[in-house]
Amino acid sequence: MTEPATEGAPLGASPPPAALPTPPPPAPGRDGAADDVRGTVRDALGVGIAVGLSGFAFGVTAVSGGLSVPQACVLSLLVFTGASQFALVSALAAGGNPFTAAAGAFFLGVRNCFYGLRLSTLLALPRRVRPLAAHWVIDETSVVALAQPGRRLARVGFAVTGLSLYLCWNLTTLFGALGAGSIGDPEAWGLDVAGPAVFLALLAPMLRGTVERATAALAVLIAVGCLPLLPAGVPVLAAALAAPLVLCGAALRRGGRAAPAAREADR
Amino acid sequence: MTVWLAIAWTALGCYLVKLLGLAIPAGALERPVVRRLAALLPVALLAALTVLQTLDDGGAPVLDARALGLAAAGVALLLRAPFLLVVAVAVVVTAGTRALGG
Repeated sequence: MTEPATEGAPLGASPPPAALPTPPPPAPGRDGAADDVRGTVRDALGVGIAVGLSGFAFGVTAVSGGLSVPQACVLSLLVFTGASQFALVSALAAGGNPFTAAAGAFFLGVRNCFYGLRLSTLLALPRRVRPLAAHWVIDETSVVALAQPGRRLARVGFAVTGLSLYLCWNLTTLFGALGAGSIGDPEAWGLDVAGPAVFLALLAPMLRGTVERATAALAVLIAVGCLPLLPAGVPVLAAALAAPLVLCGAALRRGGRAAPAAREADR
Repeated sequence: MTVWLAIAWTALGCYLVKLLGLAIPAGALERPVVRRLAALLPVALLAALTVLQTLDDGGAPVLDARALGLAAAGVALLLRAPFLLVVAVAVVVTAGTRALGG
């Protein structure tokens, strides 16, 4: 139950979680338990604050992409899942249709559903807390919670990461959005690459297996191939087809060697 | 107005999928094919987004200072730099290239 996030739950911003020290073995005494909690809080704060600071880049990107300061802040307050926010803002900035833009952002957010599935059994939250806790079900909180040995520490890790990241992300979004106007041309500062750099940093730890790499490569080909042909925002959605295509391809190749259903069930 | 509409749809959709994960009984969506697809979907989307935002210049792919910045970020990732440093490297290299007239 406390195994780290595996293929079913892709890691988010990997460097902070990867830098997490291995949780100490559960100590029997009361002091040991207090140490455990302190360690969990420290790790959670580290992830929450480090990732939360990148809300600054989001605020700047959003406003220089044409959004108003309130719009940037509402996104961070109510969407609160970084990759979807950056995706929406860039699709709108590129002149995409709002529904296409929202669809791309939504599909990126679907992975949080699977984090929720794993967290619900781990955290065993009371029914009335769930609607509130759901808002914090994202890459970073899931990675921290799933890395903890046991329910109590998982709850501490989830709550501390969620709270620190939520506060930090929203504050820095506000500062970034307010500051965007006063820094002049954001392109001169290279801030237009903050978005893609965030995506690359999120993507890199997911590229562990052949299937993942093949999916990424095919998605790039589809996206670049469609870029001159389709309206803004649509090439990204077309590239999402790479996932089922590669999955089918992999199943067919395995099917050539063994019964596919049985093999698939093993995974 | 359309921007607010897009924000509302995104906020609603993203919240509902988060809640769905916590609320439905464990195991309901835990079918291997569904799980694999859910893991691969962000890979495809993030790869496409990364490349498009680096190359897209009004509907045509172009290699410019952004590509250089992103390549630098890639090197930083290979060297296991922390998240914020990766983003900072991309920004600084892109800005530097533009300042030098690249």
